Amino acid sequence: MPAYDIEDLEEWDKRIRDKVAEFGLECFPQEFEVCDHSEMLGYMAYSGMPSHYPHWSYGKAYEKLKTLYDYGVSGLPYEMVINSNPSIAYLMRDNSLLLQILTIAHVYGHNDFFRNNFTFRTTRSEYTIGRVKAEGARVRSYIEDPSIGIESVEAVLDAAHAVSLQCRRNLAVRKRSPEEERRVAIERAKPPEDPFRRIHRRVEYQEPELRRVPLAPDEDLLLFIRDHNHYLAEWERDLLTIVHENSQYFIPQIETKIMNEGWATFWHKRILDSLQLPQALQIEFIVRHNQVARPIPGSLNPYHLGLKVWEDIERRCVAPESGEEPLDGSSQSAAEKLFEVRAVDRDSSFLRRHLTERLIREMNLFEYRAQGENMVVSEVAGRDGWRQIKETLIQGVGMSSVPVIRVVDSDYGQTRTLYLAHEHDGRDLQLEYAEKTLSFVYRLWHRDVALETTIEGSRMLLRFGEGGFSSKALK
Amino acid sequence: MSKPQSTFRPFRSSQAERSDRSAGDRLRHRQKVRESIRENIADIIAEESIIGRDRDRVIKVPIRGVKEYRFVFGDNAPGVGQGEGEVEKGQVVGKSQQQGDGADGKAGDRPGIDYYETDVTLEELIEIMFEDLELPDLERKKLREIPADRLFKRKGYRSVGIRVRLDKRETVKAKLRRQFAAERHSEVDPEHFPFHQDDLTYRHKVTEPKNESNAVVVCIMDTSGSMDTMKKYLARSFFFLLYQFILTKYRNVEIVFISHHTEASEVTEGEFFHKGESGGTLISSGYLKALEIIESRYHPSLWNVYAFHCSDGDNFDADNTAALRAANELCGVCNLFGYGEIKPLGSRHYESSMLNVFRRLEANNFQTVLIERKEDIWTSFKAFLAKDRAAES
Repeated sequence: MPAYDIEDLEEWDKRIRDKVAEFGLECFPQEFEVCDHSEMLGYMAYSGMPSHYPHWSYGKAYEKLKTLYDYGVSGLPYEMVINSNPSIAYLMRDNSLLLQILTIAHVYGHNDFFRNNFTFRTTRSEYTIGRVKAEGARVRSYIEDPSIGIESVEAVLDAAHAVSLQCRRNLAVRKRSPEEERRVAIERAKPPEDPFRRIHRRVEYQEPELRRVPLAPDEDLLLFIRDHNHYLAEWERDLLTIVHENSQYFIPQIETKIMNEGWATFWHKRILDSLQLPQALQIEFIVRHNQVARPIPGSLNPYHLGLKVWEDIERRCVAPESGEEPLDGSSQSAAEKLFEVRAVDRDSSFLRRHLTERLIREMNLFEYRAQGENMVVSEVAGRDGWRQIKETLIQGVGMSSVPVIRVVDSDYGQTRTLYLAHEHDGRDLQLEYAEKTLSFVYRLWHRDVALETTIEGSRMLLRFGEGGFSSKALK
Repeated sequence: MSKPQSTFRPFRSSQAERSDRSAGDRLRHRQKVRESIRENIADIIAEESIIGRDRDRVIKVPIRGVKEYRFVFGDNAPGVGQGEGEVEKGQVVGKSQQQGDGADGKAGDRPGIDYYETDVTLEELIEIMFEDLELPDLERKKLREIPADRLFKRKGYRSVGIRVRLDKRETVKAKLRRQFAAERHSEVDPEHFPFHQDDLTYRHKVTEPKNESNAVVVCIMDTSGSMDTMKKYLARSFFFLLYQFILTKYRNVEIVFISHHTEASEVTEGEFFHKGESGGTLISSGYLKALEIIESRYHPSLWNVYAFHCSDGDNFDADNTAALRAANELCGVCNLFGYGEIKPLGSRHYESSMLNVFRRLEANNFQTVLIERKEDIWTSFKAFLAKDRAAES
């Protein structure tokens, strides 16, 4: 047994909360649950959600984590926090006292971020636990229903999981309803007001295309299929909704991974530094902190990168170097600036605004590409190389690492074919995966599915239908 | 700013035991892995060296069915990493994703692509193969029994022994004998006549070491035709069954692989199934090589020889007589000699067949079989064994 008990933890927690209030972090009420390592593995496999709906992929995740853990490839995270109100965090009971203190401080960092970052506004965190529970109960009831059964439920869930991230990325922007889309389309078709219409030839009125569904390309693939495939049973629709809601809940966390981890690391360091730990604990703290926030050569540690950028923002507020670009709104104090950034940015904007040339050089960032069997360095932070490195980095964080695919037409060629278009940004799709994923879309849509994409510079149309997969070049 | 509230919930071991939520999902995942292996069993067996290997050997098997597919970016998507010290353009920093899993620990920075493999023991793989071949349960058991080192043989009764060998019937008989004898001399209450130590009778067993017996399995395969995956699987399964069967009957079993096209050579199992193909075929060359090996190393007076030849049936017409003569000779030295023609369905009509030639062979320990699909393997295997000379004697 570790040499501390729950009273010790409460005592340290009280001191940490004093600091949290002093530094000005705003948190949801926090609940800590002490668990053992096997429970922790379970929580991790289900992203921390108690009573998540069952699916074999979580069993797979569990086995994978367990294997990695058993073979000592990776340790368990010290903590796991759920974005909910009240926030729930798990503490592993085998951890040392210092690790628990560090974890508690770290958790308040996440908690503050969940509460204040704009991307999390849409997650309705006060309902999180209840929602997941209700969804789990519904899925279980479908599995137990003798007229449905696990095979059918799994078939739908497998397919839905395959495209669960094909949805809108910026949830702070409201989605237009079909009526609004219609109004916009009509508005757009009107010729612009021309003050010289007397001398100009009249612009011919182009009738807007109002019969196409969707009117504007739609990114919410699951919802589109749910609403437009009338052959789906009620329970199938419900499953699609559940999977969609689930991924909507996780999008903010995907979108702010670097910021969020950096923020929590920044504050646990600040808080522990101010606690005046006894020397033994202080030394362990330095060791542990460096383990978490160390750079990983050849890869990118979000804790390290995030912390670096946050510290850099503070440094530029407090002691800008001569000749350095001033931060906008430089009348703010450092704390105000930090809190503002924490509220209004997500990873892509955070890196674009605050990852400086100097930082890229200092961190020795490089860009790599595949060349045959190897990954080869293609750009280093030389004179102008840093710009490209920054672009590539931003292109790879958050939801930008998921290809943008939109529904363009649901009746392509008058055959009820679902026509999808991939917005190509220089990165091709992995073809084997695209083919398999299309087969899943076909399973949900019940009719042929076509995907327009670009492979090695030429436009292609991939199709999946009754006859299987086919592809052809487009002009 | 206001101080946040907090609550602590201590660890409860009862809860940890109760709530293994992942159990169901883990089970389901394992079922899927097994299903996936079963679907690809032909590929796996065709590519793995399984004959004559240790059954506990662990084999890595790629899993296809349980991947989670998504739309992901392919190989031309660049990434960003952090360097140690100076990094130069053109420096190699790792392996590309397509080549396998992120063995260098870089799997995390790119979503999606999960290359997945699992470990199974050969034992499990064999189990799945037997399932796939749909062998009847009884036969399967027979093949999988490991021969005991020594046999225990019953040999009379003893008045001392261990409890499990107590023979109740004999014990009661002894007691009754004593009771009847006692009744002659005095009045006895048959209801209350207890057992005596002397009544106890134990079965006696003696150990009898099984005689050393040697057997050699000669596998001959034609590598000239195109042995594709399916043909390899069929051939390999057949050789494997044969080997396992011989293993249950003899204590010391050796195995010889001979591959031939126009010339024959002795090879290892790996080479046996991966030999490249070349032009013509002289079946007799394989047989002569087998005869030569048997002559020099496995003399039939000391060894039970089992030979089997797999081919797609193509042979130079001129060689047919020579092949027939050699086959006849092989029959003379072997317990059992078989010829299996592997022709996956549909290809049969285009090629010549050796089956007609071998029809002229009259040795009673020779058997030809035609294998067209995997369902044929078991029936042909049984037909083949029916001719075993050793079994008759």
